[in-house]
Parts: sequence; C-alpha cells; structure tokens
Amino acid sequence: MLKGKDIVAINDLSQDEIERILNKAREMVPIARAEKKSRLLEGRILASFFFEPSTRTRLSFETAMQRLGGSVITVTGQEGTSIIKGETLADTVRMAECFSDIIVLRHPREGAARLAAGFSNIPVINGGDGAGQHPTQTLLDLFTIKEEFNDISKLHVTIAGDLKYGRTTHSLSVALSRMGASLSFVAPPTIQMPDHILDEISGMGADHELSSDLMGCIPKTDVLYMTRIQKERFPDFEEYIKVAGAFRLDLDMLENAKKGMIVMHPLPRVDEVHPDIDPTEHARYFQQAFNGVPVRMALLSLILEGDI
Amino acid sequence: MKEVRIAPIKNGTVIDHIKPGKALKVLDLLGIDGEERMALSLAMYAHSKKAGSKDLVKIEEKELKVDEVNRLAILTPNASISIIRDFQVVRKFNVAPPEVLEGIVKCENINCITNQNEPVPSRLIMTRKDPRTYKCHYCGRLQSDIEKNII
Ligand SMILES: [Zn+2]
Repeated sequence: MLKGKDIVAINDLSQDEIERILNKAREMVPIARAEKKSRLLEGRILASFFFEPSTRTRLSFETAMQRLGGSVITVTGQEGTSIIKGETLADTVRMAECFSDIIVLRHPREGAARLAAGFSNIPVINGGDGAGQHPTQTLLDLFTIKEEFNDISKLHVTIAGDLKYGRTTHSLSVALSRMGASLSFVAPPTIQMPDHILDEISGMGADHELSSDLMGCIPKTDVLYMTRIQKERFPDFEEYIKVAGAFRLDLDMLENAKKGMIVMHPLPRVDEVHPDIDPTEHARYFQQAFNGVPVRMALLSLILEGDI
Repeated sequence: MKEVRIAPIKNGTVIDHIKPGKALKVLDLLGIDGEERMALSLAMYAHSKKAGSKDLVKIEEKELKVDEVNRLAILTPNASISIIRDFQVVRKFNVAPPEVLEGIVKCENINCITNQNEPVPSRLIMTRKDPRTYKCHYCGRLQSDIEKNII
C-alpha cells in the first residue's frame, strides 16, 4: 500500500510497489498530455519546497499536481534560502504540514528528506537531497525503459559518464539489477561506480562489467544511459577535456547500434549527447523528461488517494 | 611479568582487556576527566596472556550502565566489564557492538543533515558484522572511521 507513504529512497519501495507506480503512470499519460481531464486531487494541496534550484523537477511535480486538479503552494529561490537560515528543517516541515496535504522537498543536504519524513505527519516525497537520493528520477527512468521494452530482465543497459558522483546512476543501477537487467558501467577509472554499489549489485547476482570503452559497448546495448561528466571532478582542465572527449556520444558512434536501442539522459546535457542524435529514432531523453509528469502524477495519486 | 599491577577495588567497575593504548580514550568516552574527584587506577600496555598487551581501568564507587558500555564497544570491542561489590564480581559482561549508534558517533559526511543544527541525534545503523560497518540512517553514507567521529 502506498497510501500515506513517504518516498525518500528508491530502496524504500518494494518491487511490487514500483510496478504499481509504473502501471499507474501509464494510465496517467493521456491526462499528462491534456487529452483527458481529471479532478482526482481536487481540493488537495502540494507544498513544493525547493531549497535548491531544480526547475525541471519542480515544474514537473507542480504540473503533475495541477493536471490532477490539485493545487500547489511553493517556496523557491531567495525565500527558500532565508527559511534555511532562519529555522531548522524540522520546524519548516511542521509549518508546511499546517498548509498542505503532501510535501515535495528538494534540499542541499543529504538525508534532509529522511529527517523531514520523521517530523512530518503528512507524506514527504524526496525531490533530491544534495548528492543523496532522487527516487522520482529513478522511477521516471524505469518508466521510460519499460514503456519501450516491457521486459527489463532481458535488457542490456549501458550507463556511461560520471558514475562515481552521479547519484541517479547509483539507484538506477540497483533498481535495474533488481529487475534482472545486465549492465555495463562505462567511465574513466577515476570516476567509476563506487564499490559499495557494485557490492550491492553483485549481491543480487546481476550480470555486470566495468569498461572505459563506450564504442565497444554500444553494439550489445539496448538502453544507453548517458550522464554528464563535471569539470570539477578533475584536477586540471586538460585532463577533463581528454576524458570528457572519450565519453561524448555523436551520430557516427551509433552506426553499430541495435535498431531499437534508445539513448537516455537525465538532462540538462552539456555536450555528451550531440544534437545530431535528437531527430533519430534512438533519442529518448525528451520523452524521458516528459515522463516525469505521469510518473509523479501516479505517485501523488497513489499516496494521497490509494489505488483506486 | 605479573599479570596486572594495580590493587583490587572494593566497589565499582573494572574495564579489562581494553585495546592497548586506548585507556585514556575510554575515560574520555565515559566523560571522566578528573573533575569528578573519582578514585580510579589505570594500566596501559600491561602484559596479557590472551592478547600480548592490554589496557585496564578500575573505577571506584561507580557502576557503569549499559548505554555507557555500548559506547566503549566502538573503541575497544573486546573489552570486558566487571561490576564489583565488596571485592566480589557481581556481574561480568563483554561489550557488544551496538546495532544502532544513536547520538554517540556523528556522521562523517559533513554535508549530512544531522551535522546541521537539527533537533535529532546522529543515527548510525550496523549493516555488516564483519568487517563491522555502519551506515547513516539519514544520508546513507557508509562510515569509514567511526572511532574518529565519536561525539
Ligand atoms: Zn549522514
């Protein structure tokens, strides 16, 4: 049962609950596209507290709430900064619950959502806590893959870029392993997948390999998940240029790709996915961004109304 | 060499088999700094049949409580505690590494919400016995050196 539940980390959800959310998200697509109208959450209020800028995530949550007939109160930007300076998060949360039915929290500190959930009497959804968890990103990634392939257990997924610090890649990898996919982690050795994540994946018996050869992995790949490599991770700029260059995807690299292979990216991108790929049948990153709306609609409705 | 060269106590607590060199830290962890005017004796790098050498602390007129003992396990997991009344051992137990460390060790992640001014104690949860591994309940960080972050 998801009704009343906090969503702090993807591991808080059972496999069954994940399936239920993804199925619900599929039902929500026509409403997200405004082809159908819904008043399901009429009279309900979402407190959208963004103490760190993340326009995409915030708009996607707010759109989801409004498409279901609910309304939104919001804190962002300077107002958020002064709240953080002025009171504890524990107090902010207890203020928010006086005004709303559910809280979405984005916060610069890791563990913020877990703490907020502990103090709140209404459900809290983690919209990203520092370098920590971002469960709705993982859910929308899974939804995007499932919409395309249905049976995730037969897939080979290649995840490339900054795997050490890129939090979205950690929970996605764990979730995909749980569902039986095989994985290639493609990154320069200094920013490869951390050992504790690899341990977790091995523990589930999932087939996986480490590589630094993006081109070599493409032919066997069904889903190519690209992420951004950040300059700040490298001691000097020259080193960054060299490394980042090897993890940039352009059109001719897709020559040996499977016909149905999809390219995903959590966006925003810098230049790790060349715009020439956008019009091809492989590009799925804009679809992926849209999918944030039906997935968050599914979550909001399941948490507030239960499975109806 | 004689086993231990300090005299028995009438009432109080004996902490034996402390990891060599950690006796002063044990006192620190127990919040004993001399201001209490508590009679205590201490041996460091004493000869031990079991472990080669060990530290030992005897605290007079004070019986340690279980939560205080739990703290010690972080520092010196093999220590044993004897409660003494009228020169007799009335209770003896080993320290056991606690499953949950609440308010005892702070999370090593400086960006963790528990290292801000929030009204919650730190909370580390044991995820593995061997090697003993703790994970922050809030931020999920696996702790690399909990001894260093004892509050
Ligand atoms: Zn922490």
